[in-house]
Amino acid sequence: MRRTLSLLMENEPGALSRVVGLFSQRGYNIETLSVAPTNDESLSRLTLTTIGDDRIIEQITKQLNKLIDVIKVIDLTDGAHIERELMLIKVRAKGEQRNEVKRCVDIFRGTIVDVLPDIYVVQLAGTSSKLDAFIDAMGEAGILEVARTGVAGIARGAKALKI
Amino acid sequence: MSGDEELMSGGEMLARALRDEGVEFIFGYPGGAVLHIYDALFRTNDIPHILVRHEQAATHAADGYTRATGKIPVVLVTSGPGATNAITGIATAYMDSIPMVVLSGQVPSNVIGEDAFQETDMVGVSRPIVKHSFQITDPRDIPATIKKAFYLAGSGRPGPVVVDIPKNKTAPGEQYPYSYPESVSMRSYNPTKRGHGKQIKKAAKLLVSAKRPIIYSGGGVIQGEASDQLIALARKLNFPVTNTLMGLGAYPASDRQFVGMLGMHGFYEANMAMHHSDLVFAVGARFDDRVTNTISKFCPDATIVHVDVDPTSISKTVNADVPIVGAASVVLEELLELVKAEMSSGESSYDSDAIARWWTQIDAWREAHGLWHAPRYNTNSDKIMPQQVVEMLYKVTGGEAYVSSDVGQHQMFAAQYYRFDKPRRWINSGGLGTMGFGLPAAMGAKLAHPDADVVCVTGEGSIQMNIQELSTCTHYNIPVKIININNQALGMVKQWQDMQYGGRHSESTYADSLPDFVKLAEAYGHVGMRVDKPEELEEKMRECFALKDRLVFMDIYVDPEEHVYPMLIAPNGSMRDMYLSKTERS
Ligand SMILES: Cc1ncc(C[n+]2csc(CCOP(=O)(O)OP(=O)(O)O)c2C)c(N)n1
Ligand SMILES: [Mg+2]
Repeated sequence: MRRTLSLLMENEPGALSRVVGLFSQRGYNIETLSVAPTNDESLSRLTLTTIGDDRIIEQITKQLNKLIDVIKVIDLTDGAHIERELMLIKVRAKGEQRNEVKRCVDIFRGTIVDVLPDIYVVQLAGTSSKLDAFIDAMGEAGILEVARTGVAGIARGAKALKI
Repeated sequence: MSGDEELMSGGEMLARALRDEGVEFIFGYPGGAVLHIYDALFRTNDIPHILVRHEQAATHAADGYTRATGKIPVVLVTSGPGATNAITGIATAYMDSIPMVVLSGQVPSNVIGEDAFQETDMVGVSRPIVKHSFQITDPRDIPATIKKAFYLAGSGRPGPVVVDIPKNKTAPGEQYPYSYPESVSMRSYNPTKRGHGKQIKKAAKLLVSAKRPIIYSGGGVIQGEASDQLIALARKLNFPVTNTLMGLGAYPASDRQFVGMLGMHGFYEANMAMHHSDLVFAVGARFDDRVTNTISKFCPDATIVHVDVDPTSISKTVNADVPIVGAASVVLEELLELVKAEMSSGESSYDSDAIARWWTQIDAWREAHGLWHAPRYNTNSDKIMPQQVVEMLYKVTGGEAYVSSDVGQHQMFAAQYYRFDKPRRWINSGGLGTMGFGLPAAMGAKLAHPDADVVCVTGEGSIQMNIQELSTCTHYNIPVKIININNQALGMVKQWQDMQYGGRHSESTYADSLPDFVKLAEAYGHVGMRVDKPEELEEKMRECFALKDRLVFMDIYVDPEEHVYPMLIAPNGSMRDMYLSKTERS
């Protein structure tokens, strides 16, 4: 099952490599990863998605917690939560295609952020599956480049991941 | 900043911080990147420094010192090759959860990343084998970082910590106010001590009502200083106790309730009792693959209660029915109180008849194949048998020695036949299985206990992996005893080749190229002895131990054909599936 884990860690050199290293050392996989400092500059928040059965996810969570730099870990998938990913995608848009691409961007509530005579750069935010769907809609032939940020997530409700 | 703080360079602060931390020994080797530190030590320090002959030995010696005492010395190595030479010892400590602090020199911070002379990314290289690591970026951080390093290494589940120190951070000239912190607190690190109350209650009930219980205790009981609590609990319940290779000595071997080591080369009665138990009470042990054999066939009828200070050890390979995260000593103490109350209550479910029947069964297993019940090797051979060497060692040292070992058949014979009655007496690389560990580890133990007998039980293969330390022993007069069980082969490898590869001894023998160990020992200024006749063994060994202040290298030629038994049958076997000799299986 796909899981989304979020953690707070010390914003210190080496912290990220310890998290990433853990996954390769122990043979866990990382599907997506995003990390940035929080409003408290001394803390970084890292969100990753991974795939594994309950047992593996439990081990991953424990192993992450064991890293000295890691302060808190939550499995967002355990409860109601919001996940978003941002994508910048460069697509062919020539003649007839231009209107079609634009319509599609509107349907997906994306924005065209750069325009060339035969190319659009589209910005799209949403769940990973929404971004996948947009990629499908554009078709392999139409896509020049894709840049995705990886998932950021937050739990619904008043409870917050903080120290 | 208060005005009375002394001003010091980074190097001086480091030297002073080690003293303020109470470090009793430095095991190290100098080089370019640590010259400022060595100079500061020379000028300011009174901590004894042991100059080893290879950085790997510095880590093992520190490790041996720690295993024998619980105290943490420091390892000091230079950048590049000095640091990488220390890696095997760091990995060894990591696998066995031994606290260690390694200070590694680094190239000056302004050239890091430029492939400077003797530059290695030590923090990167060591990352998977340390509990944590630091790199000094500001000399002012040195005292606090040293404090944190020792705190992290020794608390919770212990482990090695690396502090990487760029040369320019220790330079003389620039001075900073020094103060050593009295305590540390880290918001991201709070190891659990007390177990969960409800879980402990549940465990107490299960223990009291068990009919075929076994206590399976590991290195965590030794590291966690919980041996007394373990003994009290086991005695109260009259339960059998088995120790892992790492846990030997946590429960006294000469006690009737001790059923021997378990696992790959564990005792028949221990492995049988595990397999047939209805309750496994695991404490400070981690269900290692060398213990469990095939996981799906592990202890089919047992409820599993698992106490460990590290939550990642619980339900990692074998699912725990009652997990308890906490320090072994604290949890065991609480359990004992609950068990006492439970047993003395009117409706106690403690079934002493069932426990007595269980003991009858265990005693029958003991009689059938127990290693201590009757000799299980050829006692009429005209060759010395390796088991006999360890039995003689036990006799001659009165069971009181600190025994380190290397890795191979000799290690298993030592674990099986030296009956450890106290914790911290058995010093071996269980998790990583590092050949070359034995001699430097024995040095560390001897420095810690100068008046005790300290023995390295080794093989002619392993001893050659850190033989250069004979020179360190000369330098500092460290009179350890080396018992070289010489089977003229990489015996454990050869045993597997005998059993699984049709006896094809691919690269496991070298009889014609072995050195004359007697002359070799003498060349370093020590005493060498060669023994190859069974009837001379006792006399020679007594002679060896009578030479209190000399290092004696006993080169003992043994029957090269001997195998270690019992041995779990793998793959696909359970714990009751064992080879018992070259011709018998369970
Ligand atoms: C550094 C290292 N290399 C290889 C091995 C694999 N290995 C395990 S036991 C063994 C043989 C050890 O020979 P010796 O020290 O003579 O002990 P014996 O088994 O003969 O008693 C080897 C090569 C190891 N454990 N460590
Ligand atoms: Mg050998």
